[in-house]
Amino acid sequence: MPGPREAVLKKGLLTLAVVVVYALHQDVWFWRTARPLVFGFLPIGLAYHAGYSILAGLLMWLLVTHAWPHRLEEEAEKRGEPRPR
Amino acid sequence: MIPAAIVFAYLAGVVYIGVFAFRQARGKEEVEDYFLANRSLGPFVFLMSLFGTNMTAFAILGSSGHAFNNGIVTYGLMASSSAVVIPLTLLLVGTRVWALGKTHGFITPVQLFRDRWETSHIGTVIFAVQAALLVPYIIIGVMGGGTTLEAVSGGLVPFWLGGAVVALVVMTYVFFGGMRGTAWVNTLQTVLFLAFGTIAFVVIGAGMGGFRSSAEAMLSSPLSYLMTRERISPSYFFSYTFIPLSSIAFPHITIFCLTARKMGQFRKTVVLYPLCIMALWLPCVFMGVMANRANDVPRIQEKIEARRALATQGQSLPRAQRDELRAKMEADDVLLLLLQRYAPAWLAGLLGAGIMAAVMASDSQILALSTMFTEDVFAHYEGKSRFGEAAQVHMGRAFVIGLTIVAYVAALRAPQSIFSLAIQYAFTGFAALSPLLVAALFWRSSTKWGALATTVWVAAAVIAVAVFQAMVTAPPPGPPIVVAKVAGLDLLARTPGGTAVLGFMPVVPMVLVSALVMFVVSALTPKPSEGTIARYFPARPAAGGRA
Repeated sequence: MPGPREAVLKKGLLTLAVVVVYALHQDVWFWRTARPLVFGFLPIGLAYHAGYSILAGLLMWLLVTHAWPHRLEEEAEKRGEPRPR
Repeated sequence: MIPAAIVFAYLAGVVYIGVFAFRQARGKEEVEDYFLANRSLGPFVFLMSLFGTNMTAFAILGSSGHAFNNGIVTYGLMASSSAVVIPLTLLLVGTRVWALGKTHGFITPVQLFRDRWETSHIGTVIFAVQAALLVPYIIIGVMGGGTTLEAVSGGLVPFWLGGAVVALVVMTYVFFGGMRGTAWVNTLQTVLFLAFGTIAFVVIGAGMGGFRSSAEAMLSSPLSYLMTRERISPSYFFSYTFIPLSSIAFPHITIFCLTARKMGQFRKTVVLYPLCIMALWLPCVFMGVMANRANDVPRIQEKIEARRALATQGQSLPRAQRDELRAKMEADDVLLLLLQRYAPAWLAGLLGAGIMAAVMASDSQILALSTMFTEDVFAHYEGKSRFGEAAQVHMGRAFVIGLTIVAYVAALRAPQSIFSLAIQYAFTGFAALSPLLVAALFWRSSTKWGALATTVWVAAAVIAVAVFQAMVTAPPPGPPIVVAKVAGLDLLARTPGGTAVLGFMPVVPMVLVSALVMFVVSALTPKPSEGTIARYFPARPAAGGRA
């Protein structure tokens, strides 16, 4: 179980990872060019964003592994059936 | 005829699933069973159905149509931004909504808002705005159904009849199957359109003589700009990253979060969601762009001609003629035209069924509106206590019929393309409503007055955009019409595709102002009771414990 300092550091790093991935969406560097054609047919701008989707999947794996709301899950599972409204 | 026959067989199968789900319920007339499948969905159905619910006609027909006219930018605008924002909101917001639903028995987001902020009528206002914004999204499904059946049958089934058939099929399985039937149908549909999207990509690629040669030919043609983003401004591109905030705020997605059996089912959904987006959107967008090289498909050539005429002579043409050219260049049927040209009849039918599957994803919205009406209005205003739970389910089913008829009539009258209609009203409006959920779940000091002010702001802003666009005619492709300037900057402009505020789409200022309104009004008004706040924000264990 991480100490308070490690927990804050982990939270900070994960937040930074989210911000960096969000910023990478704005890929101005491939704005005006179609070449190289990846696999001979995919314009680079499109291939970049396909790769970006895979990166988003990796980011989500990281978040699910290291920032899963365990406490919320345990509390909800513990309470079992919802109380009638 | 063969493709149409296969599509009709598919539609019959879908109806059967709805009836089968009805039988599985064994005649139970229980609210949680009909509207939430008894909170019992497993991981596979949860992922596939949630993804299918988000991917409507807009995703498959709208994306290829938009890519046909605007190029590869379509993927970055909607797909890759959704790939990061939607799973993130599912992880942060969806899991909390699920936990609160589990512990408090919520079925709709308005129930959560009413309880969280200790309010009644403000919840009704939120319901009204959500319902008004959701209806256009349902209309998209009917329009997509009409377009698809018309194209698959080669014009044999007219738009009005195709829309009617799709509306009837969706209404039937939602009516009988409720959430369970809808989730099963969505799962089947998602599997179909993911699989057939890949097959379509291979078949159309081979039919066009290989995508490599088509891509090279495209790059040496005047249409090479479609392979880059040179005609799109970076601020417009950035604006689109705000649109996927709408996903979690759409009531059908919030409600769907409550159907998972365990919170753990969000794990795979969150991780695999971006990959599912890529699997569906990449082929659709690429084929949409490549359709510009389909020189042997006359109806596609007509669209290209209309686009060229609008771009070169648009400034000098009268408004009626410009509108006529815009209608001609609408390309929501471009994928179907490619299939008809390059796939054998039986395969075109199967692929048409796959596309049909995507088009029919409006079922969840219909069910959600029915759920909201019966829970947030009928049950809240004593209907359930007076007439009983069975009457509530009957009321929900009657609402499904009424809503489908309204959506069908509206679809016959709606002139705009699937894509723009969805983006301009439903997506923008729900994105701007997302601060409501965030404030309810994460900010102790948020208040009902903040929620009311935010909701009223969103409604007013959506109406203002609609009125502005009706009053100021869209210019032809090229520079926008600047209506207001401040300090040398274009404050408000009418663009060929919509409206720009300081160069951004309206969704950007709308979301930011929503958050600001929520913050300022909540800070100035009394908070809910300590007891309520303590239920939503229980004391945390000492730091170092698990998150």
